[in-house]
Order: sequence, then structure tokens, then C-alpha cells
Amino acid sequence: MAKSRVEKSLLSGNEALAYGALEAGLSFASAYPGTPSSEILETISCFSDVDSQWAVNEKVAFEVALSAAIGGVRSLYVSKHVGLNVAADPLMTSAYVGVNAGFVVVSCDDPGMHSSQNEQDNRYYSLMAKIPLIEPSSPQEARNFIIEAFKISERFDIPVLFRMTTRISHTKGIVRLGQRQEFKKKEFKIDPKKYVMVPKNAHLRHMDLVKRLERLKSFSNKTELNQIEWGSKSLGFITSGVSYLYAKEVYPNASFLKLGMSYPLPEEKVKLFKSKVKNIFVIEELEPFLESQIKALGIKVKGKDKSFSIGELKPEYISSIVKGENKKEKKSITRKPVMCPGCPHRSVFVALKKLKAIVAGDIGCYTLGASPPLSSLHSCLCMGAGVTFHEGFRHALTGKNNIVGVIGDSTFIHSGITGLINAVYNQVKGLIIILDNRTTAMTGLQNHPGTGKRIDGEKTVQLDLERLTAACGVDTVDVVDPYELDTMVKLISKRMNEDSLSVVIARRECMLISSCKNKAPKYVQDKCSKCGLCLEIDCPAIKKRDDGFIEIDKTICVGCNLCVDICNFNALVRNET
Amino acid sequence: MKPSLNILFVGTGGQGILKASEVAAIASVLDGFDVKKSELHGMSQRGGSVESHLRLGERVLAPIIPDSEADFIVGLNKQESKRVLHFLRKEGNNLTPYLNEALKECKDLRTLNICFLGILSSYLLIEDSNWVKAIKEVFKKSYHKINIEAFYLGKKLGGIE
Repeated sequence: MAKSRVEKSLLSGNEALAYGALEAGLSFASAYPGTPSSEILETISCFSDVDSQWAVNEKVAFEVALSAAIGGVRSLYVSKHVGLNVAADPLMTSAYVGVNAGFVVVSCDDPGMHSSQNEQDNRYYSLMAKIPLIEPSSPQEARNFIIEAFKISERFDIPVLFRMTTRISHTKGIVRLGQRQEFKKKEFKIDPKKYVMVPKNAHLRHMDLVKRLERLKSFSNKTELNQIEWGSKSLGFITSGVSYLYAKEVYPNASFLKLGMSYPLPEEKVKLFKSKVKNIFVIEELEPFLESQIKALGIKVKGKDKSFSIGELKPEYISSIVKGENKKEKKSITRKPVMCPGCPHRSVFVALKKLKAIVAGDIGCYTLGASPPLSSLHSCLCMGAGVTFHEGFRHALTGKNNIVGVIGDSTFIHSGITGLINAVYNQVKGLIIILDNRTTAMTGLQNHPGTGKRIDGEKTVQLDLERLTAACGVDTVDVVDPYELDTMVKLISKRMNEDSLSVVIARRECMLISSCKNKAPKYVQDKCSKCGLCLEIDCPAIKKRDDGFIEIDKTICVGCNLCVDICNFNALVRNET
Repeated sequence: MKPSLNILFVGTGGQGILKASEVAAIASVLDGFDVKKSELHGMSQRGGSVESHLRLGERVLAPIIPDSEADFIVGLNKQESKRVLHFLRKEGNNLTPYLNEALKECKDLRTLNICFLGILSSYLLIEDSNWVKAIKEVFKKSYHKINIEAFYLGKKLGGIE
């Protein structure tokens, strides 16, 4: 699979980054999947020269990858922007200890929140963790810059933050690749002063870090990652990432200071640029990260109105920014995403709606249970919060037994388990439902410990959710097939009202990987009362006709028969022939 | 000098929008164009709106099409097409009106996306052989024949035999 010879290919930014890392002599990579980052590790998993893994969560991924680098091999961490929050603890001390062999931290940010709960600007992590920041603007630069990132990491003995965004990760372009350069393993030396971060050692390492940052600052002024393109002396732009391409397209004749390494800021280059160009605009997506640093130097530049800090930047916004205008957004109503036909999550939400439950939700396909007409998921903050919000709600909403927490299988393993132990330890009563669809569905069907398969599909030890949750000390653990609606409703109702802490595992394979497909149910129109109950389950295969009757789209129906189970008039009948 | 062209593919999850733009991107590269193609994955794919921006030219900068600069809208769903109409240039071509005819003529609706590439190709100067090569690169061998047929059907609908 690995493209080892020099060639041109049409690659996404994520694929180009993976191939670039391969060229750089990458030896180990660890990640937790999340849009828009997932394809990076999926591509790397095809390279026989690299040991790659899905980690249980981002904190684990970060620590395993960093210590591999300390051990002497070039190593990579990858996650989406919010994933880096989970790894923020090791990140904040990583610059103190340094790396030995090169270690690059890839963060794929999602401006516009196409598939995320927030649009935090992870460039700020470089300031806080005191590590250099690299921002490519195209797939070719993702490949070129990742190779540089490894060199910088080693030269300055520091992790490098490599910030991608959705429009770079998921843009395909022509990319020129090169040969893999085998990396000579670095020797690991036992050095407690460097690797044991107790206060006395950490104090000295912090002083050393400040010195390394000074050297990085001077490097930032010299490196070709930061380039001046001279054009008009009356109009110039300081910009980075995909924003550079937008500004360049709209003002091709302006001068540009294009920052590939945007922290530490190349102060001398900024001053030189300012000395030659009259009007300078800082063009950047989301927060005024560059703008505020440049202004702090006492250099007069213009930024964007704060209305542009919300949502993605677009090429057509650039001239408005230059004119000093506010953002004028064209509103367009996009079709809302829905659970697939036959999705095993749907019936769980139908059951929860029936039982009028207050549902603490989590992050995954099942978050779609929040939108009408299902409307039966009532909170979603971050991964793991389905379990912990259940606990907080139980504390506050005393006297209510209808509080349920829901969480996916991969998400439970990621960060739900600690919340569950907390609930047991603090004697919370209630019900947690693990929506176990045997995959990490929303991010593209990745394996996890519960599937018993590694990133490359190879068999490994399978995590047993029943035994795990029982070992946490919950009172009861039940497994139920979500296709058995009545059984599930009865079980949830019983467990919800008991004076105990229960786990119900609603287990059925995601229909995108399941080979079990039944015939679409028969529709007996004469018996249909047009009550609309079957439309309330929000199945894309059931459509309302103009005459008020329904129609089943047989090309997408997988025969889950949930609509049969909820029809009170026998107008929908199982088709078992 | 290659001309600059912006093509916006739009439809709903499962219609093969991303596949179609992938084939068009590869055909364009084979024809000597620089390309950038941008789209979204993840949550938006669960039956929601799907949009893929394809830009061709001598050298392409921004990965997404600016407002009012699309030369073509390849729409496989009327509502979705209406939603993105603001992207179309004044003199641009909206290919969505071919939908009724394509739905009628297309033998296998799974190939509707490639049928639309045939329609698109009748407006462009990309060699047929490069379209066919691109189809073969994207699809498994067992799907080559029906997709190539769908491509030529589209070409006929687009006005060129």
C-alpha cells in the first residue's frame, strides 16, 4: 500500500500528512478517531514500516506516543481539536521533559463545527504549553511541513503542535511525495533530572524550556516556513493556514507574510514587513491569535470584526474584512442528519420517549436522538458526560426516577468508565444505558477494545463490557437487543425505578457493518388510520405521501421492523417470506 | 493555460456525491489540470446535505468555491440544489433540470451520480478516455461496465452522442 517512490497523487490533507510522516521515518503513531482527523491514522495503518494503534482515549494516545519518542523513535499523536483537551494534562508538561526523537502532536480543528460540539482554536495550546506551532495551508504543505516538524522537534528537543483544519484535512489536491528516509533510532539515556517531573527538576526544566523557546524564536525568523511574498506596498496580509489561500485568491497582487510556523512569532519578519507595507491586515480563522500577538509588539495592523470569529472563514469574507465590515452571512437551511434506517439506537430513543425519561446524552451517532421528532436526548457536552450528567441530575432533581444516562460503546471505554466508578463509589442510584453497536460509528466505523480487533483488523483481546461494568460494582447488568422494543421498554422502566444503580447494554451491530438485513415490512393501507405514529420514529425509509398515507422506501429499508412494533393498527406487517 | 472552472456537486447522503466529485477530480488531473476538491465527512453524512466543491485550473488556490463563482451545479436533489443556488455565476450552468430525464433513463439508480458526470462532460473539454480511466480507478472492476454505460447515457442526455 505504501507509496515509496517519488510521485504525484491526488491526496487529501490527512493522507498527505500520513505519507509525509512516513517519509520522515515515522516509527509509531497513536490516536483516538474523530472527525476531521480519523483518516490520518487509517492511512498510516496501511504502512508496514509504522506501528500504529487506536488508543482508548487521547490522553493514553499522547502518553504512549510521547514516551515512544523519548525512547528514541519518531512518533506521532493525532486527534481532533476537542480530543487534545483530553490529552491536555500530559501536553502541558511535555515541553518540560522534551522528546529525544521527534514527536509531533497533530490537532485537526473544526471551524464551523461541521462535526463537533465547539470550535475552539487550538493554536492557543502552543502558547500555554510553550511549544512551537506549525500551520500548513494545503495538502502539499501538510506533507512538506510534517517532515519539517519532526526536524524542529528533534533540534529543539520539544513536541511540535501541528494544526490542521477541516478544509485542509478534507481537501484533496495534487501532492508530490518523496522517498522514506529511514530514521536512526536515538539512544535512550536514563536521566531523572529530565524525565522525572518533581518540583525541583521541573523548575530547572522550565528554565531550560524558556531558553529553548528563545532559540525557537530566532529560528522562526530564519525558517522558510515563514515567507514574505512581496507585492503591492500599500496592501499586505499576515496570514496562516487555509486563510492564506483565501486572501491570496482575492488579492493576488498584495504583499503577504505567510506564516507556516506561527508560534513563536517571527517578530523580525513581522517588523520588516511592516516597515515596507502601509496597510496590513491579519487574516485568520476563528480567534485573533496572530492579531493579538502582533499588536502586543506595538505593531499597527488591522484585524477582523469579531463577527468573523464565529464560524468558518470563506473567500468572499476577505474583502468585507478589508473594508472593515461585519459578517453578512447567507442563511441556508441544510438537511438535518438522521439515524440510518435500521439504526439500533433509534428504538432505544423510542423507548425513552415512551417512558418520558430525562436523558443525559453523550457524543456519537446517538446524539441525533436529540432532534425532533424523537427529541429524547437532553444534554450533550463532551465524551463521557452521559454517565456523569446522569449523576449530577440525580443529585439535583431529587424525587425523579426517570433520569437515564446514555453512552456509546467506544465512548464508554474512552471516558465513561471513570464516571461509572464514581457513581458506584458515591452510591448514586439510576440507570446507564450503553448503546453498544460494536463500532465507533460516527467517525467512520473504527475498531475499539470492545470489538476485539485492532486498527488493521487483526484479532486481539476483546473487552467484556458485562464483566467490566459488573466489576465496577453496579447492582445489575442486563443485555438487551434493541430490536426487541417491548422487552426493552419493560426492562428500562423496571431498572429506572429501582433503588439501585443499573447498567443496560443495548447491543446490536451498527447497520452499516451488519450483514443481517431483512425484507421491508408489508404496508396494508386499508388498515392505516393515518395516525402518524410510524413517522414519529424518524426513519428515513418511511415517507408520508401527499394523501396522508405512508410509503416504505424498499431500497433503503433493512427490515428492523421497529415501525411494525409501534403501529397500533396492524397496518405494518413483518415480511418473513 | 488551462481555464479555471468551479463545479459544485450537491445532494443527500448516500447518493454518491463524493464518489462523483472524486471521479471528476481524477479525470481533471489526468487531463492536466491542477485541482482542489473539498468536502465534509462525519455527522453531515448521516442522511444530511452533502456538498463537494471541485475547482480546476492552471493553479488552484482556495479549496472552496466563493459565492457566485460556480460555473456548474451538479445537483442530484432539487431541494439541495436550490439551497446552493447562490453559488452559481450569472452565466453559470445549473445541471439539476436534467434530473427528471436522468431518473427516467438511468437503468440503475445507483449510477445516477456517474450519469450526471456524463452530462457534465458534454460541457467540458476533458477527453472521454480520461473520464473512463477515472471511473476505472474509483470503482471496483465489477462496477466498471454499468458506470461507463451510465456515463455515456449522461453524455447523450447532455446533447453529445
